[in-house]
Amino acid sequence: MDILYKIFVEPFLFMVEAPDLLIQTLWEGLVSGVLYALIALGFVLIFKASGVFNFAQGIMVVFSALILVGLYEKGVPAFLALLLAIGAMLVLAVAVERVVLRPLVNQPDIILFMATFGLTYFLIGLGELIFGGNPKEMITSALFLPQGTTELEMFGGLVRFQHLDIAAAVIASIMIGVLAVFFSKTRIGRALRAVADSHKAALSVGISLNQIWVIVWFAAGIVALVAGIMWGARSGVSFSLQIIALKALPVLILGGFTSIPGAIIGGLIIGVGEKLGEFYWGPLVGGGIETWLAYVIALLFLLYRPQGLFGEKIIERI
Amino acid sequence: MLYREAGQYKTNYAADMAIFPLREDRVGIAIIILAAYSLAFLGNSFLLQAVMIPFLVFSLAAIGLNILTGYTGLLSLGTGAFMGVGAYACYKLMTAFPGVNVIVWIFASGFFSAAVGALFGLPSLRIKGFYLAVATLAAQFFLQWCFIRIPWLVNYNVSGALDAPLRTLFGVPVVGATATPQTRYLVVLTIVILLTWIASNLVHGRIGRAWIAIRDMDLAAELMGIRPLQTKLLAFAVSSYYCGVAGALLVFLWYGGAEYDVFNINQSFFILFMVIIGGLGSLIGSFFGAALIFIMPIVLGIVLPAMLSPFGLSVGADVIEHLRFMIVGALIIFFLIVEPHGLARLWQIGKQKLLVWPFPY
Repeated sequence: MDILYKIFVEPFLFMVEAPDLLIQTLWEGLVSGVLYALIALGFVLIFKASGVFNFAQGIMVVFSALILVGLYEKGVPAFLALLLAIGAMLVLAVAVERVVLRPLVNQPDIILFMATFGLTYFLIGLGELIFGGNPKEMITSALFLPQGTTELEMFGGLVRFQHLDIAAAVIASIMIGVLAVFFSKTRIGRALRAVADSHKAALSVGISLNQIWVIVWFAAGIVALVAGIMWGARSGVSFSLQIIALKALPVLILGGFTSIPGAIIGGLIIGVGEKLGEFYWGPLVGGGIETWLAYVIALLFLLYRPQGLFGEKIIERI
Repeated sequence: MLYREAGQYKTNYAADMAIFPLREDRVGIAIIILAAYSLAFLGNSFLLQAVMIPFLVFSLAAIGLNILTGYTGLLSLGTGAFMGVGAYACYKLMTAFPGVNVIVWIFASGFFSAAVGALFGLPSLRIKGFYLAVATLAAQFFLQWCFIRIPWLVNYNVSGALDAPLRTLFGVPVVGATATPQTRYLVVLTIVILLTWIASNLVHGRIGRAWIAIRDMDLAAELMGIRPLQTKLLAFAVSSYYCGVAGALLVFLWYGGAEYDVFNINQSFFILFMVIIGGLGSLIGSFFGAALIFIMPIVLGIVLPAMLSPFGLSVGADVIEHLRFMIVGALIIFFLIVEPHGLARLWQIGKQKLLVWPFPY
């Protein structure tokens, strides 16, 4: 009985007693949720357009951030470094399309998945070779990202809002909005959706698959760069950021691999659920449950909806 | 000239179903096994300890994952954790019952990871493809958390690491600091050959055909009377058994002690590399994959400095390490482009060419 009380009653009592702590936890969950969603968005973009489960998305986050910081350290002005980092992502997109995707066209999904593993290894080696393996500081002030905190008094306590977190949430939201408009209103966006629906049909109406793939990988690269800047500002630019990218996977299965709104809502659910779980229930089992809680949440959702919250309905025929 | 099927007639069903239908193949496999055993007496301890033992251990784990991913078509990223379950179970059994022979416990530890594997295989009935892969990541992270947080698993020792107590077989130490690489290699080799033989019989029999039917189209297989739940769970259990035994071998016969970090997510990816590069749905491919993925970096580490030095480029160890990463990554992509069906397909093509040599077909 005691254990049931500790699981089902005590945390909720604590939430009601100290609403300021609850707000703080929710806020932190929301911010990390938005950032998870940003990484997941990169996966979704590529998966929708080319059916490739891009494992290299995580390393692209690290790699783009490394280029930005590394160039800045070499004396390049911050905004020029930003432009060059974007350029590097374009080069990467073209190279991936030429060297990896084009020769492997029409292969099973798992082979393409494996090829992105190869890409991951290659980028890890290249990144460490050029910029070294040491963690770096993100250049927050040079990019005019706000720093410091605001403390608001509410519910009889102080709630801390990091300015950086607010900026991250705003920028991520703008990014997602721009992508949504890009997908639904522009010519290229419509072509992308056509490719996502059916490669063959898109080809037959004159859409160049190769071009679309470059665009999609470039877009995913830019999303990775933004995610890299934001995560880098929070926890430094190093190859361990790659682990954070794995957190985008439960977000993906929760939201469905093919849905942009799914990635966003999935990200928020995972971010908030993870922080609440760690803060209120974690101490019961010794803490550190953040590493697997997200996966368990996603797994429970999957048992009800195997295609994720917003994924396309799976129809099987013989 | 030496490799011909002419004159070898199959007169009954058993001969037609034989795994090695050609006399030359049977001779070949006998020579390979003999060579593997004689390596224990010819090879130096570096070769045995740093190359052959890990190669065999990884091959066994790759066979395990191949049963699940290659034969049954269920993608799993929890291999590392299932190996960990085997290692921790073996440690608990070894220390709780020191009187029983360690070989018995190595085989028994696989059953624990089989049970855990079957448990985490339950969602596979509803979830497919990459969704299932992410679901198995839940197993990976949850089990790894257990390894860190439950001190009972390491008998409450302060370091939190597994250590190998001294255990003997026929009076010769096989586990522990005093065991020579030679004995450990012989034990690992025997276990791997035995388990490979069992796996080969499994995948060629009724069970294996049920797995393959599920892989090719699970809906059609179900209509033909194959029970999807039992078949998939059996695949998870058998696969995890192999991984568990490989995990126990890895800790007690290769490392001689390990921490929880050995069984992290990278280990899972590493094994998956081997399976895909070697060839999905092929036992010999598992060995090829393990050889390529594990031995290639070792060879590169030796060859690269020698290759770069004539150009007056004396490079540091870290640069070599980074170059190695890049080359391994590029080679993975290269092999996938050249032969997406893995090294096992190349091997088959080679054998076919040899059969009809000197004619093209």
